[in-house]
Amino acid sequence: MIHLRGITKQFGDYPALHGIDLDVAPGEFIALLGPSGSGKTTLLRIIAGLEFQDSGTVQLAGEDVSSLPVAARNVGFVFQHYALFRHMTVADNVAFGLSVRRGKHRMAKAARQARAEELLRLVQLEGLGTRYPGQLSGGQRQRVALARALAIEPRLLLLDEPFGALDAKVRKDLRRWLRDLHKQVGLTSIFVTHDQEEALELADRVVVMNQGRIEQIGAPDAVYMDPETPFVSHFVGETNRIPGPGGEIHFRPHEIIVSPDGTEAVLVDNVFRKGAVWRAEGLLEGSGQFVELDLPSNQAAPRLGETIRFHPHRARMFNADGDQTQGETR
Amino acid sequence: MSGPTLASRRWRQPSVLPGFGLSFGFTLAWLTLIVLIPLATIFLKAAGLGWSEFVAVGFSPRAMAAYRLSFGTAAMAGLVNAVFGLIVAWVLVRYEFPGKQVVSALVDLPFALPTAVAGIALTALYTPGGWIGQFLEPLGIKVAFTWVGITIALVFIGLPFVVRSVEPVLADLGREVEEAAATLGATRGQTFTRVIFPAIGPALLTGFALAFARGVGEYGSVIFISGNMPGRTEIAPLLIVTQLEQYAYAGATAIAVVMMLASFAVLLLINLIQAASRRRMGA
Repeated sequence: MIHLRGITKQFGDYPALHGIDLDVAPGEFIALLGPSGSGKTTLLRIIAGLEFQDSGTVQLAGEDVSSLPVAARNVGFVFQHYALFRHMTVADNVAFGLSVRRGKHRMAKAARQARAEELLRLVQLEGLGTRYPGQLSGGQRQRVALARALAIEPRLLLLDEPFGALDAKVRKDLRRWLRDLHKQVGLTSIFVTHDQEEALELADRVVVMNQGRIEQIGAPDAVYMDPETPFVSHFVGETNRIPGPGGEIHFRPHEIIVSPDGTEAVLVDNVFRKGAVWRAEGLLEGSGQFVELDLPSNQAAPRLGETIRFHPHRARMFNADGDQTQGETR
Repeated sequence: MSGPTLASRRWRQPSVLPGFGLSFGFTLAWLTLIVLIPLATIFLKAAGLGWSEFVAVGFSPRAMAAYRLSFGTAAMAGLVNAVFGLIVAWVLVRYEFPGKQVVSALVDLPFALPTAVAGIALTALYTPGGWIGQFLEPLGIKVAFTWVGITIALVFIGLPFVVRSVEPVLADLGREVEEAAATLGATRGQTFTRVIFPAIGPALLTGFALAFARGVGEYGSVIFISGNMPGRTEIAPLLIVTQLEQYAYAGATAIAVVMMLASFAVLLLINLIQAASRRRMGA
């Protein structure tokens, strides 16, 4: 469906993307995950045609669109801050893409209105068509933006930090709702996020980006369980890094077995409840490395000043070059 | 302590912003002192005339011609400024270029210049022998001493109003809505007419209203270029001064009252249109 080959982009002296290759299958839901400055938004904007690559090609549905302007690509785009037209009603916003069509694609007003209503029903905003965007909540506005993008029957849907401007509760609801919508509509979609939880929850595949390069592409489970680079290990989920033979050992706070003959020891200096588990924090004996451990909360909470002995039951080892030297251990 | 009376409760909403009473009182007192009292004296003076005399002076054929000229040229200049001021504001907001700050300062210059200076300069340019007038003369276009010249003077005076009203709104509009329109298949032209123009409409209207109001009352820059022929190129403010020079104070105030009421009606209408459009956008 989407084939990107050797996409590079430079902003002045700043290299934003170094040779990105990416293939997306029809109907897939892809997350571009990375910190700010990783190039994820630039890549999304290049796919949309809002930005042009310095070199490389963009292919959509078998057609090379590398130099096609945005208006001709037929791609739905949802902006972080909605970018709704404030002087138009919600229904007019949704129908905008249909109303600017000309020639043989021109649609009658009644047909446009019917289509807008149908889409508002899809995004569960029935009956709000006559309101203005200023009269809606943030979550509702983002759904209007989504309906507006879907109205043009795009060949793919691109979402730039779609939940970024919303508060936590609305974010979570909208996330679940978007996943259901994707199942229902089945449109090939790519969304950009810096929130790993969002990426892992929504996407079929996660593309982890860092400093203009793709670090890893994989299913959420694979990216979380088997990170291929120290960056992915650190950025996706919580990770303890302790020195090991010839490099670093990475393990998650819960990937431990507590036992009196554990190889590592931590002097606990902070304990709090983290949802279903106790989170104990402290410095590792010997190296002095800060580590976080999750302990079952059906047992008594660890005490401050206590020493916990443990060993990781599952960990990854990276050498100084960031290459993985050993996968699953112990 | 007794509670607030019913009337004050309706006016005064509970608010975390302190000092509503004080600041509202101050606002009223200030407006009264600065605007209302001086204007009221004009009405008092004019009232000394008696109704039939008031009509005879305030609505004489000469006065009517002056009103038509003043309001007509001010509206025309406001429209010209709305178009070209919008372009200037667009360039100042959307593009970076060397000397941008200088251009921006040039826009404000008509505010600072004594209006008589502008009037003399424009007259020198547009008289049949002037730098620009000499080229227009063979074409049969007369600028100086006609309504066209008056309009040009008012365009000069009113430009900053439109530019400075539209600029912040245009900057606030941002690129994202334009990009959104493009992703939806809109051409540049459609994006401008359907997205950008309606969004900056209210600000443009404000700029027009300010330029228009300034144009109606403008005196200094116009009197040199207009030629001041009674009934043809005599603006209403000049007619007032003419009356004053003949010590006809009541007559002068009669004309002033008519002008003021007409101006107030136009400005009120524009304000009402804006309030309605703001309400619509839910802001």
